[in-house]
Amino acid sequence: MTTAVKIQLALATLMFAVAPWIVNAAPHEATMGLVYKIYFFHMPSAWMFMLAAIVSGVASARYLFTKNPKSDATAVAAAELAVLFGLLALVTGPLWARKAWGVWWVWDARLTSSLMLFLIFVAYLLLRQFGGPGSEKLSAGLALFGMANVPFIYVSVNVWRTLHPKTSVVPTLPVEMGIPLWFCVTAFLLLFLALLSLRSSLERQRGRIDALYLAEDEA
Amino acid sequence: MRHLRLLLTLALLVGPVHAGAQPQPSPDEFVPISEIPPEERIPAINLVAAAYAFVWVAVLGYVWTLGSRLKKAEDEIARLERKAG
Amino acid sequence: MNAFLRVAVLVVRKDLTVEVRSFEVLSTTLFFAVTVVLIFAFGFVKEGVPLDGVAAAILWIALAFSGTLALGRTFERERQADTLRALMLAPADRPALYAGKLAGILLLMALVEAVLVPMVGLMFQAPIFEAPLLLAGLLAAGTLGFAAVGTLFAAMLVRARSRDVLLPVLLYPMTVPVMIAGVRGTAALFQSEPDPGLAQFWLALLVFFDAVFVTLALWTFEPLMTD
Repeated sequence: MTTAVKIQLALATLMFAVAPWIVNAAPHEATMGLVYKIYFFHMPSAWMFMLAAIVSGVASARYLFTKNPKSDATAVAAAELAVLFGLLALVTGPLWARKAWGVWWVWDARLTSSLMLFLIFVAYLLLRQFGGPGSEKLSAGLALFGMANVPFIYVSVNVWRTLHPKTSVVPTLPVEMGIPLWFCVTAFLLLFLALLSLRSSLERQRGRIDALYLAEDEA
Repeated sequence: MRHLRLLLTLALLVGPVHAGAQPQPSPDEFVPISEIPPEERIPAINLVAAAYAFVWVAVLGYVWTLGSRLKKAEDEIARLERKAG
Repeated sequence: MNAFLRVAVLVVRKDLTVEVRSFEVLSTTLFFAVTVVLIFAFGFVKEGVPLDGVAAAILWIALAFSGTLALGRTFERERQADTLRALMLAPADRPALYAGKLAGILLLMALVEAVLVPMVGLMFQAPIFEAPLLLAGLLAAGTLGFAAVGTLFAAMLVRARSRDVLLPVLLYPMTVPVMIAGVRGTAALFQSEPDPGLAQFWLALLVFFDAVFVTLALWTFEPLMTD
């Protein structure tokens, strides 16, 4: 584990430990009261989910065209993190929605697309696990296509009128709410970067193990 | 690596423990009472607590499994290199 | 461009020649599609009256299921005779091979749709002749989007383990946007007061998806198929 990763992990841990105080200090929102505070964890999770999807897609594209196993390692790591953060977003979202909208789930563009992207990366992991030899290439193709979905998710909120708050609400947040939000976003980002490094290195180590076994067989 | 995992887990546990021990925000803290519809009296705190608890558990769980997988891989590499070397 | 077209046409002709011998894929896919529509009809028709708005959904679901089946069967045939490897060994432009396989699947799906659309129109009193051009456009664009992704994935999976179950697992989430646009656009045309404007919007979205997916597929076919 490199120094950079150690610092990221330490900072992320610190920020996560401090987060409850900061979130608690944020005022109640006018119409939604206390429950909107889920937002401080829900939105960074959703952002990390999308970031992970993009990273996996880009790394997959690089792997497809350069055949560099390091890119494949990054792609797998990011896909796993996409499933993790996607799960966080898809669970915290409905918990908030239950109070804010009265229902656990609505089939609008944003939610449906997010769920689909999440399923794509679950399919990615299934493919890696059960596809047999050669599934690195196939999953790279899948992730690339999955990434093509990301702009659609982002645009969908602005194109269709849905219950989901429009993305433009972020810059207009009052400072007392802005600070906890950006604090949590930073914490999540540091966590994401640290986990990405660690998981990629795990994948590279597995490649090394395979190579060692092969060498042992040949000896 | 082992120590780091322990440290990480302990540090991440500090937050929820303190959050639980804190006084919960009182209802008349910066919110225009006239704008709260009656249904806000239902415990939103349950949903908030559930959401935060889920995030903690999921992240901790993932970090834990990642740590143990990394450890297994490192041990395996050490073993194989010893055999080859 | 000429060489590209020539290779693609050759691939289509080869597939047609093989298919015409037995019509195996066409007949089984067609029959499967018809049974899917019937099964859904039994599920959704209450006291002889279909539930509101199910016609469009049933049509597209039947197309998705039968399309997946057709894709699997077509490439299984290639796998058994190992002809896919032979194709890849040929000194032909790889994207052209993909285009040829895609055209073959599109032809097959068009034939299935030629049967299913009148059938759905009859069984659910759907106004298929209200805006026939728009409906045809929606079907064409939707089928192209579905088949573009499906052909690529099916070709990719030819040598993978668990390929039968992995094809739907990979394909359905990826093509849900196409399905949503197809169903909503068709439903806009089938509803009691048809909304061609809304249908046009969904058609535009489908065309956008097709552009993205076909381009991606052409671009990645070669690296995905070669070792």
